[in-house]
Parts: sequence; C-alpha cells; structure tokens
Amino acid sequence: MEGSAGRVVYVNGPVVKAKNMKNFKMREMVTVGEKKLIGEVISIDEDLGTVQVYEETTGIKIDDEVVSTKKPLSVTLGPGIVGNIFDGIQRPLNIIFDKSGNFIKEGIGLATIDKTRKWYVEFKVKVGDVLKEGDIFGTVDETPLVKHHLMVPPYIQGKVVEVKQDGEYEMETVLVKLDSGAELKMYQEWPVRIPRPVKERLPIQKPLITGQRVIDTFFPIAKGGTAAIPGGFGTGKTMTQHQLAKWSDADIIVYIGCGERGNEMTEVLEDFPKLIDPTSNLPLMNRTILIANTSNMPVAAREASIYTGITIAEYFRDMGYNVAVMADSTSRWAEALREISGRLEEMPAEEGYPAYLPSRLAEFYERAGYVKTLNGKEASVTIIGAVSPAGGDFSEPVTQNTKRFVSAFLGLDRKLAYSRHYPAINWLSSYSGYITQLEEWYKQNVADDMIFLRGEMMKVLQEESKLLETVKLVGEDVLPDQQRLILEIARLLKVGYLQQNAYHKEDTFVPLDKQYMMLKVVDNFYRLAREAVKVGVPISVIKSSELFYRIIKMKYEIPNDYKNSFDLLMSDINEYFSNLIREYEGD
Amino acid sequence: MHKEYMSLKKIEGPLIVIEGVEGVSYNEMVEIKVQGETKHGKVVQLNNDLAIVQVFENTSGMSVNNISVKFTGKSLEIKLSREILGRMFNGIGQPIDGGGPIFSGIKLDVNGSPINPVARRYPRNYIQTGISAIDTLTTLIRGQKLPIFSGNGLPHNQIAAQIVKQAKVAEGEGDFAVVFAAMGIKHDDAHYFIKTFQEAGVLDKVVMFMNLADDPVVERIVTPRCALTAAEYLAFYENMHILVIMTDITSYCEALREISAAREEVPGRKGYPGYLYSDLASLYERAGMVEGSKGSITQIPILTMPNDDITHPIPDLTGYITEGQIVLSREIYQRNIYPPINILPSLSRLMKDGIGEGYTREDHPDVANQLFSSYSRVQEVKALSQVIGEDELSEIDKKYLEFGEAFEYRFLRQEFNENRDINRSLEIAWDILSILPKNELDRINPKFLDAFYRG
Repeated sequence: MEGSAGRVVYVNGPVVKAKNMKNFKMREMVTVGEKKLIGEVISIDEDLGTVQVYEETTGIKIDDEVVSTKKPLSVTLGPGIVGNIFDGIQRPLNIIFDKSGNFIKEGIGLATIDKTRKWYVEFKVKVGDVLKEGDIFGTVDETPLVKHHLMVPPYIQGKVVEVKQDGEYEMETVLVKLDSGAELKMYQEWPVRIPRPVKERLPIQKPLITGQRVIDTFFPIAKGGTAAIPGGFGTGKTMTQHQLAKWSDADIIVYIGCGERGNEMTEVLEDFPKLIDPTSNLPLMNRTILIANTSNMPVAAREASIYTGITIAEYFRDMGYNVAVMADSTSRWAEALREISGRLEEMPAEEGYPAYLPSRLAEFYERAGYVKTLNGKEASVTIIGAVSPAGGDFSEPVTQNTKRFVSAFLGLDRKLAYSRHYPAINWLSSYSGYITQLEEWYKQNVADDMIFLRGEMMKVLQEESKLLETVKLVGEDVLPDQQRLILEIARLLKVGYLQQNAYHKEDTFVPLDKQYMMLKVVDNFYRLAREAVKVGVPISVIKSSELFYRIIKMKYEIPNDYKNSFDLLMSDINEYFSNLIREYEGD
Repeated sequence: MHKEYMSLKKIEGPLIVIEGVEGVSYNEMVEIKVQGETKHGKVVQLNNDLAIVQVFENTSGMSVNNISVKFTGKSLEIKLSREILGRMFNGIGQPIDGGGPIFSGIKLDVNGSPINPVARRYPRNYIQTGISAIDTLTTLIRGQKLPIFSGNGLPHNQIAAQIVKQAKVAEGEGDFAVVFAAMGIKHDDAHYFIKTFQEAGVLDKVVMFMNLADDPVVERIVTPRCALTAAEYLAFYENMHILVIMTDITSYCEALREISAAREEVPGRKGYPGYLYSDLASLYERAGMVEGSKGSITQIPILTMPNDDITHPIPDLTGYITEGQIVLSREIYQRNIYPPINILPSLSRLMKDGIGEGYTREDHPDVANQLFSSYSRVQEVKALSQVIGEDELSEIDKKYLEFGEAFEYRFLRQEFNENRDINRSLEIAWDILSILPKNELDRINPKFLDAFYRG
C-alpha cells in the first residue's frame, strides 16, 4: 500500500497534484492527506496526477499521501435512498450531522446509505431460475409509496443455485447465489459518470403532468424528455422547480440542489413530509430523494452532484418507474466546471467556460429518455434543469448550449416576476418541442380539441403582444373594439389562466380535465363576445359584465372536482350573450 | 516544526513567494517579521517547495532578505467571548479601540464551515423594521440574508441605520446584538454608523470590524469572515439574535479581483475571478439558524451597484445567493422620496412563510401581491402618458396614476424617525388601494375586499 501512494506536490483550492501516480487510473477515487479527504483523479501526465478534491483542502501539506481506493467515483444503490438527503457524493447529510454536528467538517470519509439497517425482502425467484441482467429477484417495501425492486446488476447472469427465504436481512447478506459465481446482495454499486444500460430507447409518448396550467397546456414536458427553466434571480426558478417536484405525476423525484441556498433545502426537508400526494394520500417525501450541495459547500462536489443524482434516477428507472430529475441549478454546475478548469490552467473558451462545456451538457441531458429497461419494462427519466444566466441574459454560453440539447424551454421573465405574475414563464419566448408527439395522447386522454384550443389561445396572446406595441404609442382607446376584445381576452388568459397561485389549496395543482374546461370557458366567451362586438355591443359593456370577473376567479372558486360548476358557468355565458346580442340586434 | 525562513524568492503586489519550505499546509497562517514589525499572511498555493503567501498588510518595505517568515501551522483564528460586545477591531480581528486584547473565551477559525442543511432551522419569524415598504412588501425574516442594492450617493446607510434603530429583533426573546463589518468604506460613513449606534443606545451591543478605504486591501478579504465568526459565536454559543451589517460588498469584490489578478488567475466576467460566486456564498450562507441553538444570524449586506447596473456581476451573483434584495432607485430619490426603494425588483424570498395569518395579518399576502401588480401597471401607464399626454388617458388609467402618486408619497415615503408598525402600514396600503375600483383588485381574496376596501 505504502509504495503505491502518490505524494502531493501542488495545492490550489480543490485542485491537488501529486507525483508517483503512474499506477492510478483516470477517474479513480482517492483519499488525500492525513484527514483522508475524498478526491477523484482527473488527469494523469506520466508520473504526475491531478486530483479534484471533494472537501475543503485547508491543511493539506506537500508530500501528503494520495491513496487509491481502486474504484471509480460510485454510488451505492439499494433500499434507504428514498426520502433521504445526500451531499454531492452520496453521503447522507444526517450521518454527516451525527459525525460533525451543525457544521460540515472535512475528513468525514466515505459514507453511504445505512448498511446495518434491516429490510424485509420478498423473493421472486427460486433455485433453478435463470436470471439475466436487470431481472428482479426480490422486492423491499422501501417507503409506503415505493416498492424497491432488487435487480441483478448489469453484465451479470446465471442460474440460481441458492436463495434465502423471505425475511429481514442486512444489506451485506448474500441473498442469491448464481452458478456463474455471482453473489447478489441488496445493493449494487455503479460509477456515476457512466449511464446505466437499457434494452432500447423508445419514442416519447406521454406527457409529464405537472398540474401547472402554463406547462401542461401551453408548453408540455414529456416523460423521458428534457426541459430547461432559465431565469435571472428572483424570477422564480426554484419556486417552479419545487412546484414540479411536488405535483408532477412521476413515481420518483430526484431533486438536486446544486450550488443553491441552504435554507431552500431545509424548506424542502420541512415541507415535503407535510405535503400530501393527491393520488396516494401519503406524504410526498416518500417518493423524493434530495441531493444537496449548497453554494458554500465544496465546489468539486458540486460538479459530482449532478452525476450522483442522475445515476440514482437511472437506477429507479431500471425498476420500471417514471423518474423526474430536477437540477437546480445547472449553471452552478457549469461554473464549478469553469472554476476547476481555471485552476487547471486549461485554455478557456467563451466567458471562461471550458471548451468541453457543450459536450458535458449534452452527455447529461442525453441520460434522459423513455426506454425499455433490461427487464422489459417501460420507464423513463425526465430531466428538468434550471439555468441561472448571468445578468438574466439568455445569450450567455450555458443557456445557449442548454437550448441545443433540451426540447422544452420555459423562459422566465423578469418583467412578469416584477409584477408578481407567477409562474413567470414568458409565453412568447418559451417553446415545447413535444406538442406534435403528444397531440395523440391529449386527444385520447383529455379532449379532441385540447391542442386546437391551445393554438387558438396562443394566437390571442401573440396578437396581444403586437397590439400592445401600438397601445404603447397611442393608447388603448383608439383601437377598434375587435382588437380591444383581444386585449381583454388576453387579460383573462393571463390573470385567470396563466397565473397560478402556488399557495392556494385548489390552484397549486390543477388536473388536466379542469385545465381543459377552463380553456373551453375562455374560448366560448371569446367566440360569443366576438359575435357580440360584430353586432355593435361596445367592449365596455362586455368588460364590465359580472361574468368577466367570474371567469377570472374560476380558478379559485371552482374546485378541482368541479362537478357541474363549469356547465353552469358555460350556460350563464351562453344566456348572457344571447340576450345581449338580441338586445343590440333589436336596435 | 515552526522553522523560520529568512529569505524570499519573489515579492509581487500583495504576494510573496518563499522557496525551500517543508511541512507547510494549504491555507495556514504565516507571521512575517519586517524590521521589528509583524505582518500576517496566508498560504494560498503550494507547489513543490514553493509557497505563495498572500500578505494582509501591505508589502512595502519588504525585501527578499530583510525578513523572517514563520509558519504557524494554523489557519486564522480569533479569540471570542462575550466581552467582544461594544468593542472595535481591525480587519483581521485585532482590537483597535485601546481596550486591550480579548482574554479567556474560545478561539474559532474565521473561515467557518458550511452549515449542514439538515441542521438548519427554516426561518419563519418576521422582524418588524418599521419601514412600510420593507415590512409590507419585502418582509425581513429572522435568519435571512437580505442585501440592499444601492448606488453611490443613495441613502443606504440611513436605511440600514433606521433598521438597526427600529428593528424589534429582541423583544422578549433573548439578547440582541449587531455585528458591523466595514469593508473599504469612507471614514465619514464609519462615523455615521458609530453615531447612529450611539444615538440608538446600542453601542455596547455592537461589535465592529473596521477595514476602511485606506486600510490594506488584502485585509478586506478577511474582514467579513472575522465579523461572521464573531456573529456565529454570539448566535450559536451565546444564543443571541444577531444582525450583521456588511458594507460595502463591492469593495470586498474589488479586493478579491485585485488579488486574483496578482495571482494571474484566469478571469471570469469583468475580470472578477471565476470563483466569485463560491466566495460570496461562503459569506452569505453563514446567515441562518441551527438546531440546538436559540440564536440567529440575519444579514443585511450593502452593496453599491457600479453604474447603478443590477446586471453587473456583483449584484447579479449576490442576488442568486441571497434570499431576495432591496433595490434603491436614484430616480425615486431624486423625487425627494425617502426611503427610495424601488419595490418592483425588490423581493424577499422568505416572506411567504413568515407573513399572513398567525404571523402578521391575514390579508398581508394578498395586499402585497396587489400592490406589486398595481404599481407595475402604474409604470406602464406612466410610459403611455409620456407619449400621448395625461389628458388622453382613459379614466381607469388616470386612477392608476393617482394610485401611483399616493403609493409613492403616502406609503413609500416616511421620515427617518418614523416607526410604523405592520398594522399601520397595511392600513395605509388599503387607503391607497381603495383609490382603484374594486374590480381592478384581482389579486385580493373577495373576503378581504369586503372587510377592508374603503367605500
């Protein structure tokens, strides 16, 4: 052991160089110094190796030892992950808390999910069964919401020669022996930088239902798809990510707090156990996994946190689950790359970011997908990445390169946020590339004309923005009533539909059928109002009608299980306009 | 172990390079004796037998062979006890008020360690500052970091002083103290704060760390860290509620840039180092509350936006880390309104959990929302009236102008000595909202409209 250790010759922040590193492998995990700080080999030049260290390097000396762990940076995958909170290299924060108290000290060493805890295993195989990679040999009830399937790790197969009986076991117990010599335990390890294999990738088929009107109706995200949420500070990125983590219809949520605020992670930790999942009536924490590298935690671990998160997501996907990954924020990850690259004195590309930034982003987003798993199930990983562009300027490299690799782009707008229009998703700059792929699904599961109505309403919003240019110059009064009607309908849409109150009991999550009914009401009102204007009804009459107010408030007043409330509203609208039109036609 | 080195290889700006060192560790403190005077420094890079040391005081008078360098084996630590209250220190934590050194107590590393998110307590208790715009629209929460984004010549110091004077952080719940970190501010600004603390009668509850504009630049890097370490000691060891005022973050960032340039690092935006975000986070994230301690650290950093530009890297990166911001506007100030807070870009991220029923008043969230929304409409109407003239505006738009005027002169504007409680602020808010017709108030629950709308 002594002979194979490297010796530190250079220290600069998280970057440490050591000599005598010939026998080390690229991307191998190592420990550095007396405190045994955890690091990863990121380059080897003959005898000289460069290590990025995942902990604070204060106190490292020249000639300190660099010791190999003989394995790449990996995560331990098994029961005990769900509902837990980890740091960037999968060390549970409560174990760190037990070891070092309120503040995170360096030199805690490697830690992972609790291997001494016992879990009740139900076996699905018997002696003589032939197992191949990805096959499920047992299950554990990890949380009331998540059944944890124990799988044969990739690249392993064989005939079962020995299997334990159903019962409680510790993680290290050998549960199944195969004739190939492989011993299967409750957990497996997987290097974070390598995507876990699947049988095949399938085309996008289903939306990720988020209960957020502006997303589900206007810019849907697909299961297995990718989305980016860019926005300057204060525009509500984190808020939007939290809403998605709370309400989207994924089976598992992996929330990566990458270089963000400590209090935000604490908020999730306090809130989620209290929030109740609408379908199962159980706390949402039962399906949530948190990875936290707050902005003051070591920067190298920030780089790793994204990979740790996505690898855990892939593992649960392999069990057949639909997993959604929220990465908040990918810009901090890119900045971590930049910081390390700078310390390595690499040649910088745009704005100091390394030239490999686009390829790293592509590698990350391409780990999303709708797939057939090794054991033949359909499952998905969806990635939703927040982007924090410097100065709120979307032309900076991280936003631009992210745009190349994601299909849904939900641009947050500072002006909307200033007027407290939340979610501040700008309907003109945002887009979703999934609409054509999902059209069929919407037709079969919501309504035939859902996508059509969406198009009509987009048209109204688009026309409004053009009209507003004119209004800015001459005022609203001079426009013809037909055009003023568009402005009013756009206001209905903005206040009554696009704005959604995350703190309102009913409004925080809205099912698709209610979204459709609301859209239908606005559309109906618009069509009838247009006819009324044609026969000479002044816009001021329509605008001051009590119906206008009722439509704006329908998101609050009509509950999610609306029963006949919409029929009532609809018939009131019809009656109002038929009376109105008769009155004016009579003139 | 503590070998002395008698010669240098190189001196460049604030950096010195020592050759042939052994057993030196990264980030450790260094004592440098130059002609009888002791200076301090920190190891910032190790490369084989070379150590690069950043000197806190200036390097003038040093030559490659008139000095002796001793490595201490420790990072910078300061001595802390309850006695620090009422004392004044320089930028690296040495007493400068003639009161002698701090005895007893414990020694803490000024770099601190990140708070484990699991150990944090989520901030929920609001602090009444007595300033309507802040209490109603960007509520300050105990344990929050809420910076003031200002510009040169704007009254950010007055606002900070007014908050210190009026903030009811203490009442009935443990001790209250102020930690004040001055980084590169002018002597008269420093005097202004001392005078205010005196007038408010809190001087014996204030700990000051002073690095003024003409003090060494490198020392400025350590100043906020000393201050925050003192704050952590008082909050988490002595269970006090601490308000930390750090001014001016812009000078701090410039000091960082100066050193980064001297070290020939690859620059990021506008020449600031690529790690500016992480570095600022290591200061701001030291606000908060932790399990097992009754104390709290609330931060009000003040920064002057260069050229009043909110997209400049300093305010930009700050805004990404802090829990909101209070933005001052030159235009509003020129209209003779104090405090000149531009509420539209201002924000408090934690207020959502600390206002409303059980905290302030049940109608507070809706009222705040409506004020933001209506005041933002006022801006559109103003822009329009500049083009077509006020007379041509529609009736409703004229109402908005009237509302905007009332908002600025009745709600926003208040005297330096005027202390409005939250009920008073909300009442004024309802007074001015009632200028608008009821159906324009679409952010307010009808229940509250019925209860509070005037007329």
